[in-house]
Amino acid sequence: MARIVETATGTVERVDVDPVTLDLIENGLRNARYEMDEVLFRTALSPGIREQHDEFPLIGDPSGKMVVGQFGLSIPDFLDGFDDTVEEGDVLLTSDPYACGAAISHANDWLLVMPVFHEGRVVGWASMFGHMSDVGGKTPSSMPTDARTIYEEGVVIPPFKLYRKGVLNDDALRIILNQVRMPDWNRADLNGLVAACRTASRRVVEMCQRFGTATYLSALDALLQRNHDAMKVLLQAVFEEGRTLSFTDYICDDGVGNGPYELKLSLTRTGEKVHLDFTGSSPQAAGPINYYINENLTRMFFGIYMITVADPQILWNDGFYPLVDVTIPDGSYWKPAHPAALNGRNHGIGRVFDLFGGLLGQTNPALLNAAGFSSSPHFMYSGHYSSGERKGEWFQLYSIGFGGIPGRPLGDGPDGHSLWPSFVNIPCEYLESYYPLRIETWETVPDTGGAGLHRGGNGVDVAYVFEEPGEIAIHDDRWLTYPWGVNGGEPGARGRKWIDRADGTREVLPSKCHGVPVHPGDVLHFVTWGGGGWGDPLQRDPELVAREVRRGLVTHRGAERYGVCVTEDGEVDVEATETMRDQLRADRPAELPVFDMGPPVEELLARCEEETGLPAPRRPVWTSA
Amino acid sequence: MSYRLGVDVGGTFTDVLLVDEDSGATWRAKTASTPADQAVGVLRGIEEVCADAGIAMAEVAQVLHGTTVATNAILEGKGARVGLVTTRGFRQVLQIARSFVPGGLAGWIIWPKPEPLADLEDTVEVEGRVASDGSVVRPLDEDDVRAQLGRLAGRGVQALAVSLVNSFADAGHERRIRELAAEVLPGVPVSLSSDVLPELREYERTLTTVANGYVQPQVEKYVRHLSAGLREGGVAGELSILRSDGGLQSADAAVAAPVTMLLSGPAGGVTGAVWVAEQCGHRDLITFDMGGTSTDVALVRDLSPRIGRETKVGDLTVRASSVDVRTVGAGGGSIAHVPELTRALRVGPQSAGADPGPAAYGKGGVEPTVTDANVVLGYLPSALAGGEITLDAEAARASVSKVAEAMGLDSPEAAAAGIVDIVNENMLGGLRLVSVQQGFDPRDFALVAFGGAGPLHANALGKLTGAWPVIVPPSPGVLCALGDATTSRRDESARTVLRRFGQLTDGELGQILRELADEAAARLAAQGLAREDQTVGFQVDVRYHGQGFEIPVEVDPAWLDGGDSLAELGRAFDAEHDRLFSFLLDVDHELVNARATVTGPRPDVAPVRLEEGDGDPAGALVTEALVHVGGEQVTASVYDRARLRAGDVVRGPAIVTEMDSTTLVLPGHAATVHASGSLLITPEA
Repeated sequence: MARIVETATGTVERVDVDPVTLDLIENGLRNARYEMDEVLFRTALSPGIREQHDEFPLIGDPSGKMVVGQFGLSIPDFLDGFDDTVEEGDVLLTSDPYACGAAISHANDWLLVMPVFHEGRVVGWASMFGHMSDVGGKTPSSMPTDARTIYEEGVVIPPFKLYRKGVLNDDALRIILNQVRMPDWNRADLNGLVAACRTASRRVVEMCQRFGTATYLSALDALLQRNHDAMKVLLQAVFEEGRTLSFTDYICDDGVGNGPYELKLSLTRTGEKVHLDFTGSSPQAAGPINYYINENLTRMFFGIYMITVADPQILWNDGFYPLVDVTIPDGSYWKPAHPAALNGRNHGIGRVFDLFGGLLGQTNPALLNAAGFSSSPHFMYSGHYSSGERKGEWFQLYSIGFGGIPGRPLGDGPDGHSLWPSFVNIPCEYLESYYPLRIETWETVPDTGGAGLHRGGNGVDVAYVFEEPGEIAIHDDRWLTYPWGVNGGEPGARGRKWIDRADGTREVLPSKCHGVPVHPGDVLHFVTWGGGGWGDPLQRDPELVAREVRRGLVTHRGAERYGVCVTEDGEVDVEATETMRDQLRADRPAELPVFDMGPPVEELLARCEEETGLPAPRRPVWTSA
Repeated sequence: MSYRLGVDVGGTFTDVLLVDEDSGATWRAKTASTPADQAVGVLRGIEEVCADAGIAMAEVAQVLHGTTVATNAILEGKGARVGLVTTRGFRQVLQIARSFVPGGLAGWIIWPKPEPLADLEDTVEVEGRVASDGSVVRPLDEDDVRAQLGRLAGRGVQALAVSLVNSFADAGHERRIRELAAEVLPGVPVSLSSDVLPELREYERTLTTVANGYVQPQVEKYVRHLSAGLREGGVAGELSILRSDGGLQSADAAVAAPVTMLLSGPAGGVTGAVWVAEQCGHRDLITFDMGGTSTDVALVRDLSPRIGRETKVGDLTVRASSVDVRTVGAGGGSIAHVPELTRALRVGPQSAGADPGPAAYGKGGVEPTVTDANVVLGYLPSALAGGEITLDAEAARASVSKVAEAMGLDSPEAAAAGIVDIVNENMLGGLRLVSVQQGFDPRDFALVAFGGAGPLHANALGKLTGAWPVIVPPSPGVLCALGDATTSRRDESARTVLRRFGQLTDGELGQILRELADEAAARLAAQGLAREDQTVGFQVDVRYHGQGFEIPVEVDPAWLDGGDSLAELGRAFDAEHDRLFSFLLDVDHELVNARATVTGPRPDVAPVRLEEGDGDPAGALVTEALVHVGGEQVTASVYDRARLRAGDVVRGPAIVTEMDSTTLVLPGHAATVHASGSLLITPEA
């Protein structure tokens, strides 16, 4: 338990805050949070933060409750596990999920926590974590797909004072950076994280000066209360008392031959409270896909889905947390026992989008989205230049793939985009300028988006031609289970990976692999998955289907899933279309299912090798309850 | 006698400003814009202003014009049908874009993805590949090119954009395609990405090239028509168009690269503000242009506006240099609302626009807007825009009362004060974007407020930022036209040079920059600007090797002669990085882009001089009015700006009215009338 050292005595009395001042402070906090992002993006060196923006800022109240941020990490959990003093000028660092109550969820994430002092007392916390592209360990980028313990995943930093009263602990930093492959990256990113937190700290102090500390702190209380009150009303309106909603989705495999893992989430409202329960989920994985989830993070995710619809301008905060109880079974996929491997938890985090979407959408099918590109699949390529002026120099690429956004109530899902906020792809010309590779194709794959009144977005095929010998690694999923469709929409296509070797042979790759050797002239096809469709495909405007055929987003054959017959020159054959649609309607059930998950898991496993070219995984079982 | 004519075409009004270069005397005309053919309104305004000044149109030596014709083509989706040629395998470059979805964690649920500017149906890919070092991997297949262009010929494309992978490193394939297009698609204008934006990043380069082709036919038609109209009307002087970066270019140059003039309009406001501030003796300023639906802000140091590398129009962001204007969705028409769930007061981004407009305009609007709040507080006189609009105070009060009820406040005045405070805070966010977030302390800058609503909120923004004085230019509505008339000619050349400093010599750096300068200088010389009148400036984008963002750094031409230019550049970059982010890295620097800008001399326009007064504004006093400030009702003096004299001091609370704007001076502040006509608001000691 941390001991906070403050030189000021007495407490700050709470005062009434007029509603306008409250809104001014809310606005100031929002600006400060975006400023944190800006500082880090612009200074980071490692591709994970620089290009993919894999980082999350937070500003807390004096007790550590988040008053602004986008993805709750938990300062109270961090402070609980921190056995030291906290003084003005201290900056705390950790990368150990097991030492901070899963405030972060794998060792690649470096978490900084910094107290904000004003006039001798803590008036808040600034905190931020970022994904370091390499933290050492046995594979480049530190994400071995066969890891069984966290000890294989690089340096794991226990919570400690990176800065003690403003003075950098140089020795400790040197020891840490000695463990990693690209220390320049880590140093720059760490500097950026510190600079971002200091920026937030300055903004908080400025607000204390402008409005007075008592007003500022009272406003934070009121902002937390505002979320609480809003959520209370919303919960009563949306969820029927005592009715339990459940939804189950999957992670296809764990990298060491087990899967699919069931992710089950249930929700029940009792009185003013809602209970989120992960009971029924699979046991922890042998491989590195476990997603050690923090309870507050679960609440935050839930809240985002709930409140966005009601007042999109509201500032996210922890205020409504007391209204949400969370149960996460020990030893489950969501709460593995130390020292379980964690590096590949990105699929689990992504699948939470689908899980909450499927769960909460059941209250109102009109607001239900299909399943989308619920991950951030990684592609890594590393080695030494074998010739030329850079001969012997180390190169290391880390990048993220993009796929189909699901069909939505609003309309079609965009092709080849990101479900995650602020993620962007790395331009082809940038990759070709900095790495020994060429990209021959970068296009979406027609028909990979699920058919529907609103089509799911297509997945993407990026074909990398390697120019130097090296090794590649891949972290992906949804190669076995389908991105489901809703309200009559069909599932999207699954992801695939293969190498066309320079000698003409083809090698199918598992969705999670590392240490795969590649040689000049080999071509990797990294094909991501599509989004599920939304609504009845037979109701889609035939003209739109034909236009998408002309655009190359849907094939002639694919148009038939919409019951549309498109002529050779890309026009709708009206008569044939009517006939085909009548036939399809006659052949299907009158009532379309709310969820179309594709074939049942048993069937997927039975046909796995035949359909994917990969052996079927073994289903995980709980060994002790 | 020599006359310059500044012309600014806005959505509602066309402002024309005639300047006598010798005396600095000005004449103004304001006519209704003619959206169907903007040239009609422009010519009408010119005729009016010349008649007013009693001169013949033939006496006008220069017509300097900021126009939104390119912007509107994009905003209204009325540009040309563009055919796009890409490298095989990259046909969907605009469809995939950067895979970015705006908004927060659930943002994808509510994001409507805009359609690509060139339809996939009109996009073809051709065989042939260049590597990132410019070497040819596979030669261009000319038969394939002819076949693909032939497909586009059958589709009726009106402009062709060619953007091949790595064309920034070697433009050979793109140039050959232009030659082939002349045969297959005769008469269709061609934009090459290697001409429009020879910089790395295929999506941004392609989009910018397509945008160029998209607006080109309309811009060409407009400029040709206006030029002809001017000639027929007897104007002998040549027509120049304002670029987004605040410089002027010849009409021909504008037609060739219209993507450089997308922000021509806002750039005029900033250059006008620079002129006005300089007259008042201020070289560092922040501009604050508050209109009906949005507010534009920009930062100017030492009379030079910060130039950004991106131009944003609606959903579209293209890579073209422009005055770094940030836009906040807050203006006089922004609507205040109180979400039922949170009972928070929100202002904007929804706007009542011009139609129905604020409730006070009496055109059927019932939603409470910022303007209505100003009316309730007594800040706005009962007639606006020279009496064209009469304000309905009761309607304003009724609309604002809805906010008071929803929030549980006891009076409409309290709600109105809240609305004004919130909108000021939203605009403060914009001012912080260009100042503190770029490492500048706003207290080191003056704040120049214009636009219809700017002078009303300027004093409050001065208080929030500490930027003093707050300068309110005379007739803030025609400031853009003034900017058009007082800026200089400009052009630039740029290209990507991706090289670590360790792989570069001082000699190579000098050679690259001088080549770029020669290109731009030759273009300006062709526009009739003699070499001896040209001033060359250099800028490079630098980062630590491996960073994803560059920082633009000015290169002192003297460094290039000294033989130590890379070291000087490294030091300048480190200083800027330290200023922005408070730390340095021990990593090699990397040059990313190099640019040379060439400018002509600033026109020699004499400033206006107001008649000297005795400090007492009593002669301009019109009436007194009750206003609400800081929760109290106080009596404010109302002055007629036209009757104020140099040196007069207007003490707050006061309201200064003129035809197209109203200035509010808060209690505890005073506005001093500067000889050049501006009001300078400062806190009273």
